[in-house]
Parts: sequence; C-alpha cells; structure tokens
Amino acid sequence: MPKLIEIRDLSKVYERGRQKVEVLHHIDLDVDQGDFVALMGPSGSGKTTLLNLIGGLDAPTGGSISVGGQRIDQLKAAALAKWRASKVGFVFQFYNLMPMLSAQRNVELPLLLTKLSGAERRKRAAIALQLVGLADRASHKPTELSGGQQQRVSIARAIVSDPMLLVCDEPTGDLDRQSAEDVLGLLRVLNRDHGKTIVMVTHDPKAAEYAHRTHHLDKGSLVAPAELAA
Amino acid sequence: MKYLHLVWASLFRRKTRTLLTLVSIIAAFLLFGLLDAVRTSFAQAGQSANGAARLQTGSKLSFIQTLPLSLAQQIERVDGVKAVAYANWFGGAYQDPHNQVFSFAVAPNYLDLFPEIAVTEAERKAFAGTRTGALVGEKLAQRFGWKVGDRVPLQSNIFPDRSGSKNWHFDVVGILHATDKKTGGWFDQMFMLNWKYFDETTPYNQGAAGWFVTRVTDVNQADRVARAIDALSANSDHETRTQTEQAASAAWMKQIADIGLIVGSIMGAVFFTLLLLSGNTMMQAVRERTSEIAVLKTIGFSSRSVLAMVLAESVLLLVLGGLAGLGLATLLIPVVSAGSGGMLNLPAVGAGSWALGLALMGGIGIVVGALPAWNAMRLNIVDALAGR
Repeated sequence: MPKLIEIRDLSKVYERGRQKVEVLHHIDLDVDQGDFVALMGPSGSGKTTLLNLIGGLDAPTGGSISVGGQRIDQLKAAALAKWRASKVGFVFQFYNLMPMLSAQRNVELPLLLTKLSGAERRKRAAIALQLVGLADRASHKPTELSGGQQQRVSIARAIVSDPMLLVCDEPTGDLDRQSAEDVLGLLRVLNRDHGKTIVMVTHDPKAAEYAHRTHHLDKGSLVAPAELAA
Repeated sequence: MKYLHLVWASLFRRKTRTLLTLVSIIAAFLLFGLLDAVRTSFAQAGQSANGAARLQTGSKLSFIQTLPLSLAQQIERVDGVKAVAYANWFGGAYQDPHNQVFSFAVAPNYLDLFPEIAVTEAERKAFAGTRTGALVGEKLAQRFGWKVGDRVPLQSNIFPDRSGSKNWHFDVVGILHATDKKTGGWFDQMFMLNWKYFDETTPYNQGAAGWFVTRVTDVNQADRVARAIDALSANSDHETRTQTEQAASAAWMKQIADIGLIVGSIMGAVFFTLLLLSGNTMMQAVRERTSEIAVLKTIGFSSRSVLAMVLAESVLLLVLGGLAGLGLATLLIPVVSAGSGGMLNLPAVGAGSWALGLALMGGIGIVVGALPAWNAMRLNIVDALAGR
C-alpha cells in the first residue's frame, strides 16, 4: 500500500506565557493509504496535537508532514485552508454542528467552498445523509437529534466532499455504548468499502479494536507496545 | 450569495436579542427619516428657480430692524432690477398664542414677484379692493377650517392698532396655492394682509418696511445687483444686507434655530448609541459562536471568508432595521403631515435621504462588525476547539 501520511522528526512546542512546553518530541510515523489507525495514550500525551498537525489545523515547530505527497507543514494559512477543504474530513467528540442549521444544511457546509450549484450541493448532502442512515432526518436541527445521530450527521459532513483522509478526535467519547458501536461501524464501512484513510484518537480500547493498528503516545513520544507493557 | 443562508441563520441564532436590536435600529432610522424630512423642509425654503431670481434686502443689523420705505424707489432704479415689493412681519396668532400664523403685510404688487403662488384673478382683485382682506395659504386654511368669506381674528404679538389693542380682524378673500408642492410648501402656510390696512392702522410702522423683495432681470447678475442695492444705504443708519432668497431664508431660519445643527446633533447622539448597542450585540453574537467559527475554519473556510461573513451579518442587521425604519418614516410622513392639519408640511423621504440612509446602514454595519469580524478572522482553531 502506498503511504498517505509520512511524518518525520515531528515536534511541537507550545508557548504558555514565558514557559515553553514541548508536546511532541521527534515523532516518526507512516500511515498507509486506506489504513485505519488509532492513536491512544493518556491525557496530555499529545494525541490530539498530533491529530491536529495531521489534519493541517496547526503547524509543527520542527520536522515535516506529508499527506498525499503534499508537504502541509510548508503551506501558508490560506493554502492550508484550501487543502483541508478538499482533502480532509473532521469528526469531533462533541459533533460541533451548527445549531441553527438543519442536518442537510450542516452537511452542505463544506460544499459551499466548491463551485457546485445549489441543486448539486443538496443532492450530494442527501447522498451523504443516506450513507449514514439519516436521510429521513435531513430537515431536523441538531437539537432534535440524539447524540449518536448528531455524530452521524457530523460524519456525513466530513465525507460529503469526498476527502481522502478522515481525522476523528474521540468520535465516541460522548456517546453511549450502542451509539458508539454504530458510529464505529460506520467508520469501518467508510474505511473498508469507500477506501477512506482514518486516523482516530481514542481513549477507549474497544473503539481502538475497530482500527487496523494502534499507536500509543506517552509524554509526546510514540512508544512501542513492548515498552507500554513494561 | 451562497453564504446568505448561513449569515441569515447566524443573525437569527438568538431571535429575541436580534429582534430587540432590530427594534432599536428601526427606531433610530425612523427618527432619521422624520428629522431629515424636517431638515429638508427647511433647506428647501427659497430654493425654487423663481427664488433664484429674487433678492431679499433686510437690515444689516437684525431682521427685526425696519428699513425706510423710500428705499423701494431707489432699488427700482438700480440697473438689472425688474420689480421691487416690500413686506413686514405681522406676527399673528389665532385664538391661542401657540397657534402662530406666518402672517405678513405685503405691498400691492407682492404677488407679481411670486409666480409660484397661484391665486385667481378674482381673488387678487378682491384682495386689492378689500382693506381688511387677507389671502390665506391652502394648508393654513385647512388647519383652521377657514374659507373665503370668513372673518378671522388674529392677535399680533408685535403691532397694536391706534387704540392700543393687538386684536385685528381680517376678511378671507382668497386662498393661496403653491404650484410646486416640493419647494413651495412654505406658501401654503402664509397669511397675507394688505399693506395699506396694516400701515395705516398701527402707529408703529409709518414709512417703514421689514424687507424688500427684488426680482432681477438676469439671474447671473444677481450678485452685482445685490451689491448695488447695499451700496445705496452704505454708511447710513439703515445699512442693508441683500441676499438671494435661498441665502436669506437660510439666514432667517438660523436666527430662529440652526435646524441642520439640531437635527445633526440629535442624529449623532442616536447613531452613537446605536453603534454601542449593535456593537455589543455583534460582539456577544460572535463570542458565543467561537467554536462554530472554529469549525468553519477547520472545514476549510478561509480567514477572509469568516471576516466577510461576520461583516455581512452586521451590515445585514443594520440594513434590515434601517430599511424598515426608513420605510416606516416614508409611510408615516404623509400621515403626520395630514394629521397636523397643515401645520407640518414635511416632504416625502427623498432619494437623497434614502442614499444617505443606506450609506449610514452600510457604514455603521461595517464599523459595528469590524472588531468581532477581526477577532473571528484571527481566531486560532486549535485554541478555540479546545475551549481556550
């Protein structure tokens, strides 16, 4: 499998006032195209920071990140926004839907950045909602949906522009077990049947079982399973 | 345009707050429409084409100072003068001192200089032939329910008759109509009385006029003629100031009150308050949407798009309220004018007022939205998503 993500010597330092906090130290990581990878680790281990860097939401302090052959660490803010719009879908723990928009309108949001006509946008949003099993809830506002349904709407929003990569930050962290299973099942289908590469941060070992492989982070470094066991 | 639904939905995310802010904006622009109509009404006085061909000569010292009537013959002889008439302020009130009437004693030829005042030949003849006759503006007659043939008592707040009484009686012999309602609303409010009756009845006016009105043969020569008229009284005890009717009207209005300044001051205060109020609304609205704005940026909306959307939201808020307020003013002005029985004759909200209103809506919208839009543009996605 060709590599989709290549991370080399990646580090990230945050400045909190006068203090410098090194959150990631010299990370090397490859993710194959079509892979489903889970990132696990205790709080403060740097998983979300790594996910943000992979998704182009933040810039590294050192090292490089290539996604689909594109050095995203070298892109300026506007170019990076454009890149995110076409290449990455985001799924958050708390869904982060627009409360004043219907499910259909929420799913359409990424398509507003394309040149598609209104009719085409509506059609694609309807297909995405159908894919996540919520075609009949298109006109509902987020407050009229359960947590699991909201997360599925957010997945529909993430895939509507057909990105190559899905980055998911604790996608089941706010859900009950059944809803979590549904959402993870949906991610598995997207990975297996639609070829989406998925990088998912999770605390939940059961969620991690849905991934092909799991990487552990501790204190900003990737650790081997053996080290973890020790 | 494809972002419009998003901007609209954001604007009405908190319906009650947005509606209350809209009510404030509507009130501000309603006031703007009404006050601007008052200002326009005053500014239009004397701005007709006929007004441009007329000069007004008054005392250089004060508009209450009179001038010798003999000046009329001297002015008539000035090169470029076509006709001269004179008048004086009567200062009448009807029934109650609050019912002030724009009443003037006018020379027999006064109406010759004002072709924009329509009055029938029969009425003019009746005016000339009736010592106590009066010509009354259309709106003024409507206001007090006067008609031709009525005997009308007026109390002058300046001039008594020879017995010392300030109560005068007049016979309405005709109705004055302004041919151009836009610039001649003033004439609809006039009450004209015969000079002879006035001059012979009061002991305080013999041989004096309040002002002279001169019609020039060539509008382009008006400045030269004005200087020549003023030269007639130079270094005398009755020096004059001759101005175009427009300038004289403006100066006269300013002696009563600087309407432009008053209107400007009120509107300045209103819009300043509006700026703070809607600015606060926008700041709150954007602050509580921090995570939503972060999500928009996450999925690829550029910082510029976010800036434009917040600015569009604040401009839309102002435009919605402003259009409703000015629209309401447009509907209310004829009602207010009609309801005042002719006392108020406000012009409709004109293209100029609409243009100024739209510019204010856009300008205030941009100013109000600038800071929240800037903050939204600079929002750090990672910090915002983490709730920092």
